[in-house]
Amino acid sequence: MTKILVVDDSASMRQMVEFTLKSAGYEVVDTVDGQQALDIAKNTSFDLVLSDVNMPVMDGIELVRELRQLEAYKYTPILMLTTETSGDKKMAGKGAGATGWVVKPFSPDKLLATIKRVIG
Amino acid sequence: MSIDLSQFHAVFFEESFEGLELMEASLLALDVDNPDSEQINSIFRAAHSIKGGSGTFGFVQVTEFTHVLETLLDRVRDGKQTIDADCIELLLQSVDCIRSLLEALQSKEEPDTKRAAQLASVFQAILDGGSDGNSASLVKVNAIIGESIVAPLIKTTKKDPSSVERSPVATRQQIGFNIFFKPSLEMLKDGNDPIRMLRELAALGEMETTADIDELPVLQELVPENFYISWTIELLTTCDIDDVEEVFEWVEGECELSITPMLEDSTVAVDSPTLYQLNDSQVKKPTTSGQRLVMPSGPLPSLDNLQLDITPEPVQAMAVAAQVTAPVKAEASSIRVGIDKVDSLINLVGELVITQSMLGQMGSSGESITGENIGKLRERLVQLEHNTRELQDSVMRIRMLPISFTFNRFPRMVRDISIQLGKKVQLELRGENTELDKTVMEKISDPMVHLIRNALDHGIEMPARRIAAGKPEVGTIVLNVFHQGGYVIIEMTDDGGGIDRERLLAKARTKGLVGESEQLSEEQKLELLFSPGLSTVEKVSNVSGRGVGMDVVRRNIQELNGSVEASTEMGVGSTFSIRLPLTLAILDGQLVTVANQTYIFPLMSISESLQIDEAKVSNVAGGSDVYSLREEYIPILRLDRLFGLCQEIGVLNDSLLVVIESEGQKIGVVVDELLSQQRIVIKSLEENYIRVLGVSGATILGDGTVAMIIDAVGLSNLAGKDIAAAKKMTDAAA
Repeated sequence: MTKILVVDDSASMRQMVEFTLKSAGYEVVDTVDGQQALDIAKNTSFDLVLSDVNMPVMDGIELVRELRQLEAYKYTPILMLTTETSGDKKMAGKGAGATGWVVKPFSPDKLLATIKRVIG
Repeated sequence: MSIDLSQFHAVFFEESFEGLELMEASLLALDVDNPDSEQINSIFRAAHSIKGGSGTFGFVQVTEFTHVLETLLDRVRDGKQTIDADCIELLLQSVDCIRSLLEALQSKEEPDTKRAAQLASVFQAILDGGSDGNSASLVKVNAIIGESIVAPLIKTTKKDPSSVERSPVATRQQIGFNIFFKPSLEMLKDGNDPIRMLRELAALGEMETTADIDELPVLQELVPENFYISWTIELLTTCDIDDVEEVFEWVEGECELSITPMLEDSTVAVDSPTLYQLNDSQVKKPTTSGQRLVMPSGPLPSLDNLQLDITPEPVQAMAVAAQVTAPVKAEASSIRVGIDKVDSLINLVGELVITQSMLGQMGSSGESITGENIGKLRERLVQLEHNTRELQDSVMRIRMLPISFTFNRFPRMVRDISIQLGKKVQLELRGENTELDKTVMEKISDPMVHLIRNALDHGIEMPARRIAAGKPEVGTIVLNVFHQGGYVIIEMTDDGGGIDRERLLAKARTKGLVGESEQLSEEQKLELLFSPGLSTVEKVSNVSGRGVGMDVVRRNIQELNGSVEASTEMGVGSTFSIRLPLTLAILDGQLVTVANQTYIFPLMSISESLQIDEAKVSNVAGGSDVYSLREEYIPILRLDRLFGLCQEIGVLNDSLLVVIESEGQKIGVVVDELLSQQRIVIKSLEENYIRVLGVSGATILGDGTVAMIIDAVGLSNLAGKDIAAAKKMTDAAA
């Protein structure tokens, strides 16, 4: 089963994303910040990483940079969950090696449609 | 797939309110001259999360407002906007504004967006360069704001999509696009795979692709991680150019891309038979030698399977969501309890069960309970008592919350009021993790607010006056909370001007509360502070009101079976000390008998008990008795008469007088006997019977009988007439 790592410091977003993905049949592991995600990613492999940008401890940009250093995540799709205002952030994410982004706010359908662009 | 987003609303509200609290606390702690970037970051993050969440869950009013707020915060974060006191004030108001929006939405009301609109326009003015931004940064910010949601991302087209549509050739029907797509060598390195983009394009319509592999190097030179192929694509679709551009959105700058609209009469024939001959076999076996690679159109079967593969997991997720939801919903009637408290309860119940089974075994063993057995029985009964008490304590602890729940809003309040008054005040909180019963906490909040307002308004002096008095310019109010015995003590100390006892006295005399010639001790003068209808400040301010405060404060605290005392020193400051029982469900009571009935006085309300000396009893007009207690006369209250007991106390000489104090007024209550003091579990009389004046509740005694708990405040109300009579006597004597 397709395994997705979700990283967001907001509980409601995390729950919504997790619920949506699980409803669509994906396996989901959720984490609250970049550091936690990185620690888990080092021991488990994922088919996709969905990460928020603004988070305490380690932000999404830093997480992408760290993940791309890992052999196992060299080509793994990583999508940033971002808001439309952060035009700079999108580019910063790309610069760090993110595959793309999902623009907040998004509906469950939009989320599923977007991730289908990179997995499967 | 349709997912009901409302299941996440409760969590969203909860975390948003937490976020707002965090914003508020960080804003208050922020040093304007030297802002801490981590603090600004956390303020930004909180606003950002609220915006993201509110957008996702459909609360547009909140999203719109937080968007402007976030833009400003983002500028601050990037150092493009300086933050000053006005700015913090504005941000704090925004916090309030978002909170009220969210509260309205939470209770499913239509939020009032007027305030939000006002604030947003102020923010917008700042962003547009109204006040202090320098022009360079403004250009930058305007650029960010001006950027539309889907930025024109296709670099190599260099065309404004809208201009394409408006071009004169567009009179001919647009039937699709010609696309040239050449990924950069390194495109794979950020996880983008051209095959997925082609697949997406295929889903938009009918597509024919031609792959160009001319740049593919010979095997020896080929770097497997690089990408060498490019495509020419003919896409027949009714979609907008935006939809096509979206496919390549993520690889902007990592590819050469051109998208040109294809018109009806252009070179590609719509009915070209090749387009209809596309089938899976052609796709699955692309000829490596050939230069044409054909993609199937329509969604891929594998993706559909993925979507249908629904496991039982969602049910689990739903259960988790529901669990999290529960504590938020009923804010007024539920509490969040730490797992350790629940564990300790379970543990104790386990022990109780063991003790019970040991006792049960004894009872059913058929042995007669004599000698040795009696010892064992007692031992186990002691253990049972032990278990019960611990269990009681643990259950009570569940109702306990750290007092910070109430106190967290004080820093903001102190800040706002001190600004309003033009004073400089800092608030120190100590022991804010001290736990207190939830009900007590809710009821202590108002009196505390009142005390703090008073301290700010009347206590702390204006900066100039403080400096003149050789004090630090910034006044300090300290809130200190700690446990003492079975009580929680809340001490509020200010380093202000202190309370002028003589002014209190003078005021009380003009109001007729104290006789012209009456002499009062220092302590009594200060007690006047708590008399109804007294204010030492001539001018009525909107901060601390019109002197209806302190008596109400005291009454509220007394209703909680607590007490409040003041101490003060002129020029140095004042301290208010509030003493509260840990819980309202249990009180320390003094058992007494009156005409063979048992009553309970809250221990807190008893000031002394004495043997009645009949010589000191005088009868005044109207049938009430007063007792001469040292310097004053206090009314004697006869519970036997008041409650209409069938048996009356005959000779007062044999009786005892319990002196209770309520709202500064002493009352003597005649009782036959003082029994033991014990912890009493309060049962509501109102719920089980009816409300009875002078009685606050009832409890069940060890022998199974019901005993009434005397309400000191209620009794003094009942004895109003007698109190007035006694007062007259005292005044006359003085």
